Amino acid sequence: MSEMECVMEIPEDAFNPVEPFLRMDRMPHIWCAGCGIGTTVNCFVRALLNSKADLDKVAIVSGIGCTGRVAGYAQMDSFHTTHGRAIPFATGLKLANPELQVVVYSGDGDLFAIGGNHFIHAARRNMDLKVICVNNMIYAMTGGQSAPTTPGHATTSTAPYGVFEPAFNLVSLAEAAGASYVARWTTYHVMQLARSMEEIFKKKGFCFIEVLSPCPTLYQRRNKMGDGLEAMKYYKKASKIRHGAPTSECALTKDGEIVVGKFVDRDRPDYLELLRSQMVESLGERYAEPEMACEDAEVTCSL
Amino acid sequence: MHADPKGVLTGVHFLDGDHACCEGTLAAGARFSAGYPITPSTEVVERFASRIPTVGGIFIQMEDELAASIAIQGAVWGGAKAFTVTSGPGYSLMMEHIGYAAMTETPCVFVNVQRGGPSTGLPTLPAQADMMQARWGSHGDYGIVALCPSSPQECFDLTIEAFNLSEEFRVPVMMMLDECVGHMTEKVVIPKAEEIEITPRRFTKEPPEKFHVYEPKENQVPEMVQAGAGYRFHITGLTHDERGYPNMNIDAQDRLVRRLQDKLKPLANGRGLCETENLEDAEVVVVSYGITARVAQRALQLARRRGIRAGKFRLITAWPFPLERIRELAGRVKAFVVPELNLGQMVYEVERAAAGQAAVLSVTHAGGGVHDPEAILNAIVEAARL
Amino acid sequence: MAKGYVAITVERCKGCAFCVEFCPTKVLALSSAFNSKGYHPPNVVAPEKCSGCDLCGMYCPDFAIFGARYAR
Repeated sequence: MSEMECVMEIPEDAFNPVEPFLRMDRMPHIWCAGCGIGTTVNCFVRALLNSKADLDKVAIVSGIGCTGRVAGYAQMDSFHTTHGRAIPFATGLKLANPELQVVVYSGDGDLFAIGGNHFIHAARRNMDLKVICVNNMIYAMTGGQSAPTTPGHATTSTAPYGVFEPAFNLVSLAEAAGASYVARWTTYHVMQLARSMEEIFKKKGFCFIEVLSPCPTLYQRRNKMGDGLEAMKYYKKASKIRHGAPTSECALTKDGEIVVGKFVDRDRPDYLELLRSQMVESLGERYAEPEMACEDAEVTCSL
Repeated sequence: MHADPKGVLTGVHFLDGDHACCEGTLAAGARFSAGYPITPSTEVVERFASRIPTVGGIFIQMEDELAASIAIQGAVWGGAKAFTVTSGPGYSLMMEHIGYAAMTETPCVFVNVQRGGPSTGLPTLPAQADMMQARWGSHGDYGIVALCPSSPQECFDLTIEAFNLSEEFRVPVMMMLDECVGHMTEKVVIPKAEEIEITPRRFTKEPPEKFHVYEPKENQVPEMVQAGAGYRFHITGLTHDERGYPNMNIDAQDRLVRRLQDKLKPLANGRGLCETENLEDAEVVVVSYGITARVAQRALQLARRRGIRAGKFRLITAWPFPLERIRELAGRVKAFVVPELNLGQMVYEVERAAAGQAAVLSVTHAGGGVHDPEAILNAIVEAARL
Repeated sequence: MAKGYVAITVERCKGCAFCVEFCPTKVLALSSAFNSKGYHPPNVVAPEKCSGCDLCGMYCPDFAIFGARYAR
């Protein structure tokens, strides 16, 4: 706070509400100027604040990549796992300790290329995970290679003559696989994104939010789309809020309309409910509720 | 401390190695397993899936071995004891997360019921050809523990030992069965819960503000913590410092990676498990493990009948390798004979330990069956003539 | 008198200008000065217009600015 400069009168006890949620001893973060990942983190923090979540009971799991670094900055139990495997790690964590609110925070390449199989299966099981995917449409940390989300005609370092493979429509994929909640926003839509995040903290089951975010260094620049601010202006101009829109009609293109909003919000029993009811049906009183914590755990918890 | 009686099926049973291994996981306190079907290992988790709902835990069949091998680690950080089970091709897929477990010092157990390879190989037939993969299969430098049972009883006993060692040293521990041991049915005695020693997880007693998740404590091993307990810790597969924060400089790398190997040193010799016979007067020592040790037993009997002073060194703890014990033997025997169901893997460790002091004869077998005891006997006879 | 204020941590700023662009009352402009990393941080140019809405704080990817209302 010592470096604050302002012509305004700032109360002595003023503080950035995001700071208590972050490992400030790790700032500045590694994200580029104009990258939107930090913006999504602001929304995440506002959602945690508004939902009055007990931070001791929130765990955040990331894979590898630029967004994969979010776990490392979050001041809560946080796990930076292997590339693509945040969801199965989070699955084990949630099942062993169901009182945890488990958030998976990762990028499009991580969650939908190398981790695509885990995504669809966790959605199918309706595992109680809150998956936030920051989609910058490219592999950024490794230097701008094609992702399964890179839109046609964009160029990347591995598609120097243009991408011709069709891209995944993430929201449609999530819905088809069985997600209970599916929304898409961009980093321009900070208030809506924070509200969506707050909603999924209250919702049981597999929830998915896609956030379009600028990658000025590797996506925008290579495609002559300007800097981060240019991307934000494009999001503002091209976005149409259409809650409940059929996800199959919401595919993204390089420079076309961006349909945003909450597309799916349905109630399905989650994995643990399904497990319990099947076991009770088959085993009756022989069924023993899972007691997963290993010995000595109570001593730790009482601290 | 003693085993939780809920998981212990006390009594005398007639079990195959896979099922005995499953009973070992339950007795050891494992309450979570994630698996993916693969012959000849699946019986372990099939039994777990059938047993665990009445014991109080969860089995989840994942979408692949990559998922299974990381889901168990999520469960461990959630506070559970957890394991996964696989064979050859699945073991190859799990390498990524054996490295992650080593790097993040996540105590967990990987059971590999070895079959013939490479690739899909011989799904229903035995081999012991993953021994080097168990040690070196994931990238980078790290240490693991590998145990090799030779009987269903040992599948039970050593599985408990595997969990205990994983908690003590905070390493992934490999249970290296082979198809023969996994599918062999024998008498298995499961003791009473109070007769089973369990190593409890060493949870930290430090308050959160003083706690560093990777600060080396007793025997260079950091203390454990679990999510949800108020510590707000961070773990990463990146090179990290004592706080668990990424730190990618030469010093941090050196400190961390050396510790990951060095912390296992006590297990290499003094505490490494082995079974020996007739070493006092031995001129030839047969070093073997798993099912091959039982075949070698016949060859050893035949050799003694012929007047050859043959001794037995059965590796139970295969990794860390008992380098000093083999080296000590090398100073007073003529030769080692090393039969394995592979084209030569642990034999290289024996050679390295012998360091030219004694001859080392490899008795190879490409897998799919077991050795003819004659083949091992011939090698013993040849070794005795040296 | 302004209803709110913005506080800027100049050294953390990377000059993306999200806060300047999306401030609903146009309180901010990029400074011509550099911080020590060579970025132009924002400057308050119309303090009286600040409503303390904290939209700048929501947008800032570098956690370098936030807004709040004065306690009354």
